[in-house]
Amino acid sequence: MVTMSDNIVIKAEGIGKKYILSHQIEKREELLSALIVKKGKELLRRGGDLIKPSFAGRAGKKSELEEFWALDEVSFEIAHGDRVGIIGRNGAGKSTLLKILSRITEPTKGRVTVKGRVATLLEVGTGFHSELTGRENIYLNGAILGMGRNEIRRKFDEIVLFSEVEKFLDTPVKRYSSGMYVRLAFAVAAHLEPDILIIDEVLAVGDAQFQKKCLGKMEEVSRREGRTVLFVSHNIGAVARLCHSALWLDSGKVVKYGDARELLDEYGSSGGTSSSLWIRSSEPGEFFSFKRIELKTGNQHGATLFDADERIEIKISYAISRHINACQISLRLLNSEGEIILTTADTDSAGSPAIPREPGEFSAICVIPPNLLTPGSYSISVAAHFPYNLLYDQVEQPVTFHVTQVGWPGSGDGRLGFISPLLEWKMGKNPGS
Amino acid sequence: MPENSVSRGCRPVEVALFQGRRSLIRTMSRKSVIIEAGKRDKRYWKDIWEYRELFFFLAWRDILVRYKQTVIGIAWSVLRPFLTMVVFTVIFGKLAKFPSGDAPYPILVYAAMLPWQFFANSLSESSNSLVTNSNMISKVYFPRMIVPASSVALGIADFLISLLILAFLMIWYHFIPDWRIVTLPLFFLLAIITSLGASLWFAALNVRYRDFRYIVPFLVQFGLYISPVGFASGVVPEKWRLLYSMNPMVGVIDGFRWAILGDVSGMYWPGFLISFILSAFLLYGGIRYFRGTEKVFADII
Repeated sequence: MVTMSDNIVIKAEGIGKKYILSHQIEKREELLSALIVKKGKELLRRGGDLIKPSFAGRAGKKSELEEFWALDEVSFEIAHGDRVGIIGRNGAGKSTLLKILSRITEPTKGRVTVKGRVATLLEVGTGFHSELTGRENIYLNGAILGMGRNEIRRKFDEIVLFSEVEKFLDTPVKRYSSGMYVRLAFAVAAHLEPDILIIDEVLAVGDAQFQKKCLGKMEEVSRREGRTVLFVSHNIGAVARLCHSALWLDSGKVVKYGDARELLDEYGSSGGTSSSLWIRSSEPGEFFSFKRIELKTGNQHGATLFDADERIEIKISYAISRHINACQISLRLLNSEGEIILTTADTDSAGSPAIPREPGEFSAICVIPPNLLTPGSYSISVAAHFPYNLLYDQVEQPVTFHVTQVGWPGSGDGRLGFISPLLEWKMGKNPGS
Repeated sequence: MPENSVSRGCRPVEVALFQGRRSLIRTMSRKSVIIEAGKRDKRYWKDIWEYRELFFFLAWRDILVRYKQTVIGIAWSVLRPFLTMVVFTVIFGKLAKFPSGDAPYPILVYAAMLPWQFFANSLSESSNSLVTNSNMISKVYFPRMIVPASSVALGIADFLISLLILAFLMIWYHFIPDWRIVTLPLFFLLAIITSLGASLWFAALNVRYRDFRYIVPFLVQFGLYISPVGFASGVVPEKWRLLYSMNPMVGVIDGFRWAILGDVSGMYWPGFLISFILSAFLLYGGIRYFRGTEKVFADII
């Protein structure tokens, strides 16, 4: 028997998962079709040179057997009540890891010991049947997620209330709008009571407001109840907000496992999903070129993870090789959906739309004040141009960064909206009251 | 009660969370699960028991869904076996003129139709069941055997409805069964064993080799004619009967006839024994093969 200290609820020891690429596809249809095709090809080949060698030949057959380790020697321990974010690029093995931990698939090697009841949320609404009514689907989905009938009955009213679809409870879900569908599905999932909750990017559904609601819910579940949560997301801001430790995977291997804050900062600047520094590598512009764009906060350089109440400085270095009559350097701030949050220009401080420039090397620093941005991922684009016209040079999204939540006041307390500045409120007592 | 005073002001969700704390404590003492390559999980059958509600829910879902947007609804489940019985009586009894002994021909046919339809329905439904539920299989853990088993359960529901038609036929023809009728549940159990065995095989095979999607309907169609449904197995020459019993459904159907009609066609017990043993092996092998492959279902489905 494996011994685990009381506190450890998940212990992974050298787990690996091997997939066989392309060969697997061939093997899948092995029994009849592949056999018939193979025999057929052999017959045809014997028949003559009617077929091109590339079609009938055996060359390249062996190279199709490609082993692929989606996970390799992954070991870690998770203690009770931990909230662990799993980060890494696409194909790093995050989803495979979740599938192994939730017993959907088994590892090729290694061993995992899991203590307690596990609920997996790889998507919302698993097993929803479009012909069934909302009421019927609540029961079905609950059962699929591991709830007992009595448990569902007990929570039924709360689920319905949370989902805001009372009126349509006896309508088949195929007549639901996609928003209603997702709300109902998430409502069921939100009422799970597992010891360990495993969540994949389920928050990537629905509109921004719904995502926020889900995230808030996740936070409640994990914080207030001390539940162990494993959370995979591309949204670094969300991971930073929800988790206190992080597991960083790359090409199926653990890069690092530790404090979420430090790790996300490092991950962010490693070129994972964000970068704090851009240096020109392409051909310079004709007479204007951006050289270097860098993010910094206070005196720290190279950060990509900022607290909502930190000021963010964007330093733009550029070179000019001849006199320009009128030039404006502008900066756009975009959110993770690519929507423009704001546009600003270095001429803002000059009081004129464009100013003449002399040859030489310069730098400009744009300051994003604290308590302006809501938690999330952002990128910037910069351009140098004649006002409203004639582009001299531009760089699309050279740097990206993440803003995370800090406590009240300001953007950290989860208020909705694109920006969250602290505005001035005047308070007073009405005369005569 | 400080907990209540907190939850009173909260939204219902938060109330649920507070209540959740209780069940968290309840489940803390759960045993640990070890996930390892090729490991035969000792808790497997216990897991199946714990997921029994999912089993019922899946069967319930399939029943609900089946007759949605139909005009006559659940009446279809009565009409289908009834019409088949009429067709068989006309073709085999009137045109082909197979002997039926003392028993009315519709009852002779229907006694065999019952287990055969059960077998055919269960097999057709369950062989595709894993593939049609692939979304669940790749997203959530539960013992996979529940899926084909719930399709067989659906077949049982159909069977019970068909049994009512049999009762109706017996009244119509003033046919009174003898003491053997009490053995019917045993033969039905054998029918379940055979169907479940075949279902597990084909459901698991269909995940990897989709050829079985086309093989199963053919098998069901073909099996109807080589099994003694439209005729009594007494038609088969004595020297071939042992070989004929290699079809496990022969034992099941003969048993049903024996229990319902009495010994009209001469029960061939050695053959029945062979059918019985083969059915048992079918189920045993089915469970083994299913459990051997189910852990990779999510990867290949």
